[in-house]
Amino acid sequence: MAMDFSETADRMDVRYVAALARISLDGAEAEELQSQLDGILAYVGELKKLDVEGVPAFDDASGVEGAWHEDEPGECLPHDVAMSLAPLERHGQFVVPKIIE
Amino acid sequence: MTYIASIGLEVHVQLKTRTKMFCSCPAHREDDPPNTNVCPVCLGLPGALPVPNREAIRKTVKTGLMMGSTISLRSRFDRKNYFYPDMPKNYQITQQERPLCIGGGLEIEVNGKKKYIRLNHIHQEEDAAKITHLEHSSEIDYNRASTPLMEMVTEPDMSTPDEAIAFLTALREMLIYAGISECDLERGHMRCDVNSSIRPAGTDRLGVKCEIKNMNTFRGIHRALEYELRRQQSVLESGGTLRQETRRWDDEAGATFPMRSKEYAHDYRYFNEPDLPPVVLDQATIDQWRTEIPELPRARRARFVADYGLPEYDAGVLTADRAIADWYEAAARASKNPKAVSNWVMGELLRALGEKGLSITDAKITPAALASLLDLLDKKTINGPAAKEVFQILFDQGGDPAEIVKAKGLAQVSDTGAMETFAEQAIAANPKSVDDYRSGKQAALMYLVGQVMKLSRGKANPQLAAEILRSKLAP
Repeated sequence: MAMDFSETADRMDVRYVAALARISLDGAEAEELQSQLDGILAYVGELKKLDVEGVPAFDDASGVEGAWHEDEPGECLPHDVAMSLAPLERHGQFVVPKIIE
Repeated sequence: MTYIASIGLEVHVQLKTRTKMFCSCPAHREDDPPNTNVCPVCLGLPGALPVPNREAIRKTVKTGLMMGSTISLRSRFDRKNYFYPDMPKNYQITQQERPLCIGGGLEIEVNGKKKYIRLNHIHQEEDAAKITHLEHSSEIDYNRASTPLMEMVTEPDMSTPDEAIAFLTALREMLIYAGISECDLERGHMRCDVNSSIRPAGTDRLGVKCEIKNMNTFRGIHRALEYELRRQQSVLESGGTLRQETRRWDDEAGATFPMRSKEYAHDYRYFNEPDLPPVVLDQATIDQWRTEIPELPRARRARFVADYGLPEYDAGVLTADRAIADWYEAAARASKNPKAVSNWVMGELLRALGEKGLSITDAKITPAALASLLDLLDKKTINGPAAKEVFQILFDQGGDPAEIVKAKGLAQVSDTGAMETFAEQAIAANPKSVDDYRSGKQAALMYLVGQVMKLSRGKANPQLAAEILRSKLAP
């Protein structure tokens, strides 16, 4: 990902994050989102100043516990339905441009 | 200058479950047609929600318990974001900040020297799809996508390729024993990223780390590490500097090569997986899972030595496979002679299984039958060759040893009257051997014993035969 960007703990670079997410932004969009994001992070900065000593950590808003599935096989999509999503199909497989890692 | 190597491993293990990590599609159906075990969740379709597989969590926690890790009563899933067609959601669900198991380790032994390899943590995650690169395109089979994986990260506590292999071997043996994973390397059940660095002896700070990605054979790992440690040393010795990088092992070339930076320069932007609540476990559940852990090979070896008086070697052979160990133990408990049972299991039984390509669970002979066969041998009801004959029948058809001995007339003749007749016949028919024996040739007696065995059609008790012959030929 060769591109210039400037990020710090308190600043995110919208153009860089957009590139990571494979989203293209024009200059005006990038500028608008950057200023919105700066605002959000500035507010988070304010929150960080709060004294939270003694406040229990909160990591989940769902309140759901023990949502499991048991290890019993269930229904799958019919093969043709699954493949209807494929841009290209060969040998029952999804075909994509070759990207070597 | 002398250098010290530090080796750390990241081991990915496919867990033996029937379903995938976050949906109920069947897992491990490697021979099924491609893209037949898929659903909206593992295909990453918008709106589909993941639900964790309890059995996968249980197996990861049990692994942590076996390795002395601290089990997190509350852990979380995170998203690791990257774009590659083997991961249809564009992120992998894994655990970054708060893994399921923390710390722990495994003792290894190399050339009689024991060493404890510490774990950093074990976390739960999902496998990627299988991707096949063709000349101009790539084909993807999502059947493997989201197969439950655990990733185990060690501290850089190993200092030779042999130690790394000893760790992986001990780990694999333990995981197979406890039914956590089949650890079939050829099927990619166990894959490794190998980290290594070197530093001058006498210094404390770890050298620059180099990572070799995605290794799946022990032999490859050993060779890659040997190469890599030599390479790092020669760079330093020629005055160069090492840089932190990811390399790829080329088995044919027998060398590692740097991966182009583009191939690994990811910025994963981990964040909490908002689609999944925290994984909350209670101590009672963890305690219950702890009771399900079988006795592990190392402990079992020590116990076989202590309980059955076996040499270390026997204990090692017998415990290498859990089914064999169980079978041996059932027979040893039914027998008065556990060492003889060991000899027969390691000798006759393993040989017979190997010849037929059978596993112990297919064998017709039962542990109780072997025990009673060896009892007949110990009581001298049958002799050695007869015991082998009965064993073969038990192995091929099963049955009761005493009945087989009776039906085949294999009982040893220890009846002194009959034996005396055979001895007299042998003496009368072989005057030359008799003369030889009388003039001091001990070997001649063995010939006469052989004649008695022949006359008895193999059923004579050879010790008794020798005794009777000796007394008859005494001057």
